[in-house]
Amino acid sequence: MKTKNNRFDVVIIGAGVIGCAIARELSKYKVNVAVLEKEDDVGWGISCRNSGVVHAGFNNKPGTLMAQFCVEGNKSFAELCSQLDVPYKKIGKLVVAKKKEEIKGLQKLKQQGDTNGVDNLQIIDLNEVKRLEPNIEGIAALYSPETAITSPYLLTIALAENALDKGVSFFLNTEVKSIIRLNNSHFRIKTNKREFTSSYVINSTGIYSDYIARMVGINKYRIYPCRGEYHILDKNVSWLINHLVYPVPQAGVGGLGIHLTPTIDGNILVGPSNEYIKSKDNLSVTSSVMKVLSSEAREFLPLISPGYIIRSYSGLRAKQAPSSEGGFWDFVIEESGIVNNFINLIGIESPGLTAAQPIAKRVVEIINKKERLDFDPSFNPFRKGILRFEEQNEETKKTLIKQEPDYGEIVCRCEKVTKKEILEAVNNPLGARSLISIKYRTRAMMGRCQGGYCQNRIMEILRESFKLSPQEITLKGNNSYLLTGYRSNEVSKSCQKEKLLSLEEELLV
Amino acid sequence: MPEREVIIIGGGAAGLAAAVACKQKGIEDILIIERGDYLGGILQQCIHDGFGLEKFHTSLAGPEYAQRYIDQVKEKEISFLLNSMVVSLTPQKEVIVVNNNGLTHYQARIIILAMGCRERTRGAIGIPGARPSGIYTAGAAQELINLKNYMIGEKIVILGSGDIGLIMARRLTLEGVEVITVAEKLPYSSGLPRNINQCLYDFDIPLLLSHTVIDIEGNGRLSGVTIAQLGKRGGIIPGSRRKIACDTLLLSVGLIPENELSREAGIILDNITGGPQVDERGQTNVPGIFACGNVLQVHDIVDNVSLEAEYIVEGVAEYLEGKLNKEREIKVELEKGLRHVVPQTLIRFKDTIFSFRVNQPGEKKVLVFTDGKRVIKKKFLRRVNPAEMIRVKLISSELEEIKTLKVRLV
Ligand SMILES: Cc1cc2nc3c(=O)[nH]c(=O)nc-3n(C[C@H](O)[C@H](O)[C@H](O)COP(=O)(O)OP(=O)(O)OC[C@H]3O[C@@H](n4cnc5c(N)ncnc54)[C@H](O)[C@@H]3O)c2cc1C
Ligand SMILES: Cc1cc2nc3c(=O)[nH]c(=O)nc-3n(C[C@H](O)[C@H](O)[C@H](O)COP(=O)(O)OP(=O)(O)OC[C@H]3O[C@@H](n4cnc5c(N)ncnc54)[C@H](O)[C@@H]3O)c2cc1C
Repeated sequence: MKTKNNRFDVVIIGAGVIGCAIARELSKYKVNVAVLEKEDDVGWGISCRNSGVVHAGFNNKPGTLMAQFCVEGNKSFAELCSQLDVPYKKIGKLVVAKKKEEIKGLQKLKQQGDTNGVDNLQIIDLNEVKRLEPNIEGIAALYSPETAITSPYLLTIALAENALDKGVSFFLNTEVKSIIRLNNSHFRIKTNKREFTSSYVINSTGIYSDYIARMVGINKYRIYPCRGEYHILDKNVSWLINHLVYPVPQAGVGGLGIHLTPTIDGNILVGPSNEYIKSKDNLSVTSSVMKVLSSEAREFLPLISPGYIIRSYSGLRAKQAPSSEGGFWDFVIEESGIVNNFINLIGIESPGLTAAQPIAKRVVEIINKKERLDFDPSFNPFRKGILRFEEQNEETKKTLIKQEPDYGEIVCRCEKVTKKEILEAVNNPLGARSLISIKYRTRAMMGRCQGGYCQNRIMEILRESFKLSPQEITLKGNNSYLLTGYRSNEVSKSCQKEKLLSLEEELLV
Repeated sequence: MPEREVIIIGGGAAGLAAAVACKQKGIEDILIIERGDYLGGILQQCIHDGFGLEKFHTSLAGPEYAQRYIDQVKEKEISFLLNSMVVSLTPQKEVIVVNNNGLTHYQARIIILAMGCRERTRGAIGIPGARPSGIYTAGAAQELINLKNYMIGEKIVILGSGDIGLIMARRLTLEGVEVITVAEKLPYSSGLPRNINQCLYDFDIPLLLSHTVIDIEGNGRLSGVTIAQLGKRGGIIPGSRRKIACDTLLLSVGLIPENELSREAGIILDNITGGPQVDERGQTNVPGIFACGNVLQVHDIVDNVSLEAEYIVEGVAEYLEGKLNKEREIKVELEKGLRHVVPQTLIRFKDTIFSFRVNQPGEKKVLVFTDGKRVIKKKFLRRVNPAEMIRVKLISSELEEIKTLKVRLV
C-alpha cells in the first residue's frame, strides 16, 4: 500500500472535515491516497470554527443536495461517532418565535422539514416552550428532537486518524502552490515542500476552493468569505438552556441567525454573526459584533451577562451567493467538465459538517464510476480516541492511576486534563505538535482560565517530549513561536532554589 | 476514609500561615494539600523584594518570605501533600484528592480554603483582533521568566496597570527587553503608587491612562497592536488610534479568586469580591469551612494575606472548641464610595478587622461607620486608592449595641 516517492492515485487538497471524510471513505478501497494540508494539523479551517451542530435538515430547500445530504448525514451521525469514538449528543433544537408573525415561519419550516424527510418535527406552544426551556422568551417553537451536537474538531481528527491507520498519507504544513496537468493525464502538484503526482485531485479546500480550481484553469467558481463571530460562555452557566435555541430564520440571510448552542463539552456558544468580508484569512473578532451578539442573545435569554464570556472566535462561511443576493446556494460536488479527474467541492457551508459523510460517499461514487475501485476487506471502521480521565467513574479512575501514575497528575485544572492525556495528544499519530493541536485533542487550555495555569506546563511537556529548543515550541505551527529563547544561557531547570537566590541578588544590587 | 482535624487546600502564603497558626493554637492534626510541586504558591515566582515590611519589618523577596513559613511548617512537622490536586469538596467537608498515588477521600472537621486566584485573560475582557501567539498574562510570563528561565519576546506592550504588570515591566526591562508602554483603561492606575514609581518611572516607561488596546495583528506571532484613548464615557476619542509594532502583549487586567471548589460545596460567593461571603472569622455559609488569602479577596500585599490567615484561625480554634456560635446576624452594608467589604456578615460581639476597597482614588477622605443613625466610628484617610486595601479594626464595644452596620466614604 505505501507508495515510494510522491506518486499517488488520489491527492486530496485540504484536511478539513470534508477532506478527511473523503480520505476515510477512500481508505475502504485499494487506492493510494495522500492528503495535503497547509496548516500544522487537520481541521484548522472552517471545520474547527462552527457551531458543532448535527442539523436535522429542515432549513434546506427540498430537492437540493444540501437537504438530501443533511438528512442522510443526520441519520447516520450517531453510528459514525460511535465507530470513531467521537462525542455525540442528541439534545434537540427549538426554533423560537418571539412574536405572532413568526409562527407562520415555523409552520413553513416544519413543512419543509417534513418534505425533506426529517423525523419527529413538531410545533409546540408557549407552555411547552417554557417547560423545555424555562429561561427562554418566546411564544411558540418548532421542536426538532433529531438535532444533535458533536465535537467538530474531534470528528475531523478521528476521520483522519482512521484513514491514516488504513495507509492514507497525511502531509501537514504542505501548501499547494500550483497544479500542472501532464500529458499522460496525471497531475503534478507543487507545494511549499515537495512535488506530488497523482491521477486524481480532489479540491476540498473550503473557502480557498475557487482559488485552487483556478490553478488548473477552472474559473467558474467564486467563493465569498462570510464571517461568523461567536462568544463562548463559561460552563458555570450551562444550566441556562437544555436545547439548541434558534430564532426564526430571515429570508435572504445566509445564516441561521444568532443562536444559542450548547457544546458537547458543556459551554454555550452565542453566535454566529453574518458579515461578508474581503479577506479569506481574516479570523478576527470585532468589538462592534461582539456587542451585537450579546444584545441579540439577551432577547431570547435575558439572564445572559457579559461576565459569562470566556472567549470569542470567528469562522468563515464559504459562500457562493454574493452579498447582494445572500441566502444559500446548493453544494457543488462535481468532476470538472474541462479537466478530467479533477473533483471540486465548492460552497460547502453549513450543513457541511453534518453532511460530511454523504458528501464523501458521493465523491467516491464519482471515482468509482470511472475506476471500479477494489474494496479492501481489511478496512476497520473503528478508531479509539484519547480516554478522558474526568469522564470515568471513581473505580476506573483509581485503576487508571494505579496502572499509569501520569493519570494522577492533573495538568489543566479547569477541564481536569491529566498528564497522561497530554502525553497521548503530544504523541498523536498525525504528528501535529503545537499547543493548539493539544488543545483540540484534550480540551486543555479551553476552560475558563484559558491556559493561564496549564499552558506553561504543556509547553514544558512538549519541549521535553521532542527535545525542542524554546523557539521551536509553537502555538499553531509556522511562525507562531511562543518563546524567544532562554533568559540566560545556563540551561534551565525549573524551580531551582539557588537560581532564585542569585537572581534576587542581581536585583538588589 | 482518612480523617483530619483541619485540611488546608492550597499551600501558598495563606495556606502556610493558616497551618502555622493552627499549630500554635494547639491543633495537631493538620494537612496542607498543594497541587504544585513546591510550597509557597505565587510567592515563589515573585523574585523581587518588598515583601514582609509589615510582618517582619524587613524587605524580603517572595521566595524568602515563603521560606520563613515553609521552615516553620517543617519545624512544626505539619504534614503536607505536593503534586496533589483537590478535585472535589462537599458541604460535609469531604475532599477528594488526586495524585500519582491514586484518588483518595479525606474527611475533615475543618476546611480552610486557600486556593489563591487566577488571572483574567484576553477572552474575558474581549480584546478584538487576530489571535496570534505572543499574548501572555503577566503572572504566566512571570513564571516563564523567573521560574523556567525563558524569554517571551523582544518588544512588549503591557495592557493594564495591575501590580504584576508593573513588576513585569521592570523585570523585562532589566532583561534587556523593550517595554514600549503600559496602557490603562481607567483614568488612574490599578497598581500601587510605589510600584508605578519604582517599576515604570524609574525606567522611563510611559504609563498611558485612559488608553486601551483596540486591535491585535499578526498571523503567526503577534506583529502589532493598536491602542486608542478613551473618553469620559469609555468611547474611543477620534484620531487617537495609534499602531505600535511589537511582538508581545502582556495582560495585567485583574485577578479572579479561584472558587470552583467552593461553589461545588454550596458556598455562597460575593459577586464583587469574587470570594466566599464570610463572617468576621472568615467562616463561609457552610459551618466549618473557612477562607483566607486571595481566594477570599484579592490582596495586594502578602503581609495582609498572612495576617488574615492568622486572624481566621482564631475562629477555627473556637469552632473546634464549640465556641463559634451564631449570636446574631448583621449584614455589613456599603453606602457610597466603597466597592467591597470583607467580612460581609457579623455573627458575634467581638473585635473585628474589616477590609475595604474604594471605588476611586481620592484625598482627605473619612470612612464612617454607622448603625443607620448613630456614628459608631470614623477613620480619617489621607489618601485612598482602589489599588490599596484599607484595613480597619472595630472593637467589641463599638459593635455591641448595633442592629445594622453601614459604612461609607465621604
Ligand atoms: C460560522 C459557521 C457555522 C457553521 N455551523 C455548522 C453547523 O453547526 N453544522 C454543520 O453541519 N455545519 C456548519 N458549518 C459548516 C461547516 O463548518 C463546513 O461546511 C465544514 O467545516 C467545511 O469543511 P471543509 O473541509 O470543506 O473546509 P475546511 O475545514 O475549511 O477545510 C479546508 C482545508 O483546506 C486547507 N487548505 C486551503 N488551501 C490550501 C492549500 N493551498 N494547500 C493545502 N491546504 C489548503 C485549509 O487549511 C483547510 O484546512 C458552519 C460553518 C460556519 C462558517
Ligand atoms: C502574580 C502575583 C504577583 C504578586 N506580587 C506581589 C508583590 O510583588 N508584593 C506583594 O506584597 N504581594 C504580591 N502579590 C500578592 C500576594 O503575594 C499574594 O496575594 C499572596 O501570595 C497570595 O497567597 P495565597 O496563598 O492566597 O495564594 P497563592 O500563593 O496563589 O496560593 C494558592 C495555592 O493554592 C494551590 N491550589 C489552588 N487550588 C488548588 C487545589 N484545587 N488543590 C490543591 N492546591 C490548590 C495553588 O497551587 C497555590 O499554590 C502578588 C500576587 C500575584 C497573584
